[in-house]
Amino acid sequence: MNNGIWTIAKKELRRFFGDRRMLLTTLLLPGLTIYIMYSFMGMALENSFSVDEDQSFSISAVNLPDSAQMLLSGISAAVTEVDAGQLEEAKTAVSEQQCDLLLCFPEQFDALVEAYSQASGSSAPNIEIYYNSASTTSATAYSTVTGLLSDYEEQLVNKFNINDQISGDLATEEETSGSFFAMMMPMLLMIFLFSGSMATATESIAGEKERGTIATMLVTPVRRSDIAFGKIIALSITALLSGLSSAIGTILSFPKLMNTDDIDIAVSYTAFDYLLLGLIILSTVLILVAAISIISAFAKSIKEAQTLVLPLMIAVMALGITAMFGGGAKTELFYYLIPLYNSVQCMVGIFSYEIYPVYFAVTIIVNLCCTLLGALVLAKMFNSEKIIFSK
Amino acid sequence: MKAILEAQKLTKSFPLSARQKKLEKTTDKRKIAVKDLSFTAYEGEIFGLLGPNGAGKTTTLRMLATLINPDSGDAFIDGVSIISNPALARSKIGFLTSEMKLEDFFTPSDLFDFFSDLYKVDDETREDRKKEMFTRFGIQEFADTKVANLSTGMKQKVSLVISLVNDPEIIIFDEPTNGLDVLTAKTVTDFLLELKARGKTILLSTHIFSLAEKLCDRVGVIIDGKMIRCDTLEELKKGRSLEDCFFDLYDEISGERK
Ligand SMILES: Nc1ncnc2c1ncn2[C@@H]1O[C@H](COP(=O)(O)OP(=O)(O)OP(=O)(O)O)[C@@H](O)[C@H]1O
Ligand SMILES: [Mg+2]
Repeated sequence: MNNGIWTIAKKELRRFFGDRRMLLTTLLLPGLTIYIMYSFMGMALENSFSVDEDQSFSISAVNLPDSAQMLLSGISAAVTEVDAGQLEEAKTAVSEQQCDLLLCFPEQFDALVEAYSQASGSSAPNIEIYYNSASTTSATAYSTVTGLLSDYEEQLVNKFNINDQISGDLATEEETSGSFFAMMMPMLLMIFLFSGSMATATESIAGEKERGTIATMLVTPVRRSDIAFGKIIALSITALLSGLSSAIGTILSFPKLMNTDDIDIAVSYTAFDYLLLGLIILSTVLILVAAISIISAFAKSIKEAQTLVLPLMIAVMALGITAMFGGGAKTELFYYLIPLYNSVQCMVGIFSYEIYPVYFAVTIIVNLCCTLLGALVLAKMFNSEKIIFSK
Repeated sequence: MKAILEAQKLTKSFPLSARQKKLEKTTDKRKIAVKDLSFTAYEGEIFGLLGPNGAGKTTTLRMLATLINPDSGDAFIDGVSIISNPALARSKIGFLTSEMKLEDFFTPSDLFDFFSDLYKVDDETREDRKKEMFTRFGIQEFADTKVANLSTGMKQKVSLVISLVNDPEIIIFDEPTNGLDVLTAKTVTDFLLELKARGKTILLSTHIFSLAEKLCDRVGVIIDGKMIRCDTLEELKKGRSLEDCFFDLYDEISGERK
């Protein structure tokens, strides 16, 4: 490699790896924060959706028929039979939350049901169910029992079934999880890569300007383009590491987030898929670092750089979100000529097993060209007295 | 005497920001910082640019160091034009100003190595030079202390050493003793005299008359971006103090302006 580029890159990397605080904030913290955040999110989701398994209801029933008794034996419920004359007391018990549910069947319910024909035009036998919506247990009991009863009702009139005992979804497990990844991962990756680039690039470019150390470097005979390339290479390495930390945090927290304990959610990407993904990530990081560096070069301080970079961050996040809609990777070449958007499309393609080699190549080439252009712009900026010595 | 550094009609103006316009109480769009400035420094001498605050000294030196481009004019460093071959011109000089900071995070030794690499100094020469320079300036015992933890004087010494990693023939020095205590300042001035004794050419800027009197062979007086007088120290002083001489010159041009 060119001597100047290597000297600059080496210095940047030494700066990064020798600074414990920097390592902590860019390597450890992102992964850890994401792991903790997602794990908590998973736990919160679990609590709000799952019903307490060993919850048991107390149910009173009037004229309980054999069929219903059978149904209720399937759930954990203490069923008390009540005389028709004690209906009012039973209702009071529900309203006072001493009893969760009151079922009131007509006498001889099973016989009535059997005798009933829709064609007769008379009204069908009716079950009255009383519950108390102020109590969650009562409300759950109500929905559980009505569910059971209406299933039973459907069975009685059953003329044909749909998808009984088979799963009609012919997508392989692989594809299901593939499309899940295709939706979620591009956005997550873009955000990780961006935040990984942002911390170090603003510090290295705007920070050096702010502290006046860049001028010291500029009086040496080193070429401005060497400074630009050296910095972009070193910053890309650190950004990749920081992105890796976020990725590890996400992967570790996935099972918690999705409430499954088995980590292999039937994802079977080949080594080749990972290679393609790696190349896309690399080209994306290069272009992100170049863009953030250019923006940082305009700023007079790190703070200002972080503010200036904000719109780009929002744009990148928005690009990532587009992966969630639009149904799979785009099939028109045009989309792959737009830097960063093409990265998102390629990621979608890789995760959903439908990457087009030509578009992949176009994406890499476009991103590399943009990086090269960015580096040259950055070099020009280092040479510009307005940028370096602005008063 | 060989002319080693020649400035030819250097001119530089800056666009004035709104804030600067207010400060300078002017409505001009641009501020002419340096106007048609020419001078020549000869091999082995110390040339001083003397002028009050805002005279254009730093601007001139920055143009010579190719950090900023002149609007017009040119300068030749050992025959190399700063316009047509800035990188080569840069490699021939050591440039130091007090605004140029060192990265806090690194140690003097790290920085010496880094800058030696930028100047493409080979490893062996670098180690010899480092040892010699660090010993001379008493940096040796701080060689592995981070710059952040060094005193101002020590930082300045490290900057000086760093700016000379390539053992340049021409040394450009903006306000060499700015912000230094008398002891550190003396180390620096003694060193400059020694460099001169070794045949180096030094161009420095200052607003301190005593410093110019002590160090310089020839002096160029700059006021308002223009070279008012440029002569040997003796010719300029003609037995008076440099300070009196400066006030005479200042009155002269103020009179002209009225
Ligand atoms: N980057 C810049 N943008 C705008 N104006 C500038 C810039 N650099 C210098 N100037 C202006 O040019 C003039 C000359 O400045 P310069 O720094 O060269 O003076 P100096 O002789 O070094 O003064 P001092 O003794 O204060 O260092 C000043 O009026 C200054 O405000
Ligand atoms: Mg100055």
